[in-house]
Amino acid sequence: MKASTLIRLSLRSILRNRMRSLLTTLGIIIGVCSVIVMVAVGEGSQASIRDNISSMGTNLIMITPPRGQNAANRLVIEDVEKIRKEGAYVGAASGVVRSGSTVVGGIGNWPTTVYGVEPDYLRIKEWNTGAGDFFTERDVNTRVKKAVIGTTVAKQLFPDEDPVGKRFRIANTPFDIVGVLESKGSNAMGSDQDDIVMVPLSTAISRLRRSKYLQSIEISAVSEDRMDDAQAEVETILREAHRLGPDADNDFSVMNQAQIIEMASSIAKTLTMLLGAIAGVSLLVGGIGIMNIMLVSVTERTREIGIRLSVGARRRDILRQFLTESVVLSLSGGLIGILLAVGLSHLLEFVGLRAIISPFFILLSAGFAAAVGIFFGYYPAHKASAMNPIDALRAD
Amino acid sequence: MAVIELKGIKRHYAFGEVTVKALDGVDVSIERTEFVAIMGASGSGKSTLMNVIGCLDVPSSGTYILDGLDTSGATDDGLADIRNKKIGFVFQGFNLLQKTTALENVELPLLYDRAGGGRNVEKEARAALERVGLGERLHHIPNQLSGGQQQRVAIARALVTRPAIIIADEPTGNLDTEMSNEIMSLFKELNESGITIVMVTHEADIALWAGRKIVLRDGRVIREEHKTDAAAVRPLPADGGTA
Repeated sequence: MKASTLIRLSLRSILRNRMRSLLTTLGIIIGVCSVIVMVAVGEGSQASIRDNISSMGTNLIMITPPRGQNAANRLVIEDVEKIRKEGAYVGAASGVVRSGSTVVGGIGNWPTTVYGVEPDYLRIKEWNTGAGDFFTERDVNTRVKKAVIGTTVAKQLFPDEDPVGKRFRIANTPFDIVGVLESKGSNAMGSDQDDIVMVPLSTAISRLRRSKYLQSIEISAVSEDRMDDAQAEVETILREAHRLGPDADNDFSVMNQAQIIEMASSIAKTLTMLLGAIAGVSLLVGGIGIMNIMLVSVTERTREIGIRLSVGARRRDILRQFLTESVVLSLSGGLIGILLAVGLSHLLEFVGLRAIISPFFILLSAGFAAAVGIFFGYYPAHKASAMNPIDALRAD
Repeated sequence: MAVIELKGIKRHYAFGEVTVKALDGVDVSIERTEFVAIMGASGSGKSTLMNVIGCLDVPSSGTYILDGLDTSGATDDGLADIRNKKIGFVFQGFNLLQKTTALENVELPLLYDRAGGGRNVEKEARAALERVGLGERLHHIPNQLSGGQQQRVAIARALVTRPAIIIADEPTGNLDTEMSNEIMSLFKELNESGITIVMVTHEADIALWAGRKIVLRDGRVIREEHKTDAAAVRPLPADGGTA
């Protein structure tokens, strides 16, 4: 029997029992839909994390204190100077300290995050000032109390005037505002990147943190294809600066952007897999529903099977007929599920949740739905094909 | 030339310790264009014999040659192909696919014909239905047809593959006298046009339509009657009509 005939026949028998077919496929519809939506939401959050980190600059290398509780932080401002001086593949480098602090000035106060950085920091972050200037290398060396503020801070403290040239206080220390950063907007995770104050690193160390150790050193390589070279080079420089013997472990950790992204998105990835697996179980349950109904259908249609066998259907023909039926059922359920998932993820995006459906994953889930049909349809189809024609013809 | 050649056919069923000998050494030869009635009381083995002739069942021993083809070595698929090409069935309960039009019912055997690529399935099915006088009822489903009409559809389905034999199992069992006569005269007509018919029945008056009676008892042929005079074949006395 031709494939087109088989499909036509199976469609007809599916449509003959519309309500039953719909209820049967509902399991597959829900299963496929939830797998796709779950994975799409997971992919979406991974992409958000990736974008967030990419927005920090394109060829970033980050040095942080070693992970682990008893490892001491030995990153100091001299390390940065050495890296900047000796690193041939290093384009820009800046030490970074951060602290949460309430700034006071203008019309009131505002809780924000204060970054102690060096002028290179702007280059690393691919950022600029929108008004005024950034502080200079000399400002850092002389620990001047200058600050550059983000647009959010500017709006909160100086809504009606130009903040450049004004003075405000961070942790009771007065700072002169020399510039306002360009607005970056909120990042992919929804946090406001303009809610920031930057002061010279040395000033922050002596006035705000009172600790000489850096929270991180951020570096950009001269170009993206020199990332590996820069990373190796920075590692050598730091080992030398910290006088580590050949057998000693690094007392710092170096990560490039790809690694940072990987680390940050690994949780989201695990979550995606977990959600997908749970949704996959519902797909499995849907498959069992199909098997159940196909078994009922085979029993109901015993006489039909007998008739078909008597007019010359081979066992294989019967097997194919019922298998086609269950695959058509599950595949159409899969297609409806896909459409539903696409609609649902648009709805989620509308609500503000990022959901990414890849065409590959759509194909995969369609294929999976068909596989469910074959897997769970095989047993009933086999049962149908193994019938004795004489008994089948005698059935009611 | 014999189209059906049964030699020493036995069909034994084992139920635990007991062996039922449904057929116990049957020798029958049926010539092309014959119209044969197989008769016998229930339990005589006539249904089993019909199943064997129809390749729905395989004898325990003996040889069965159908249309020059020895069926004893045939596989399941082989038997299916024989049923498809050489045999047309007509059953007591019509056995049509429900909710399926007459035309599609008749097309069914052609859909399973593996060698039938390129043949016009619909045209042949239509021709078969016209031959049994249902040219006007192509798109009716069984529920919309009378018993006699349903049996005509079944006959068209049996005819459509141009089989070597048509096997009819109590073809009038579900029909009233008038419809029985209609169906039997249709069989007669088909037989006269050269189609071999093997009919199983337990009704003596229906068997009168056949050219030969084979009577079974306890799995053996106990009697054969040839109707030498073709004119003796006539409708049932009861209807008094002109069949």
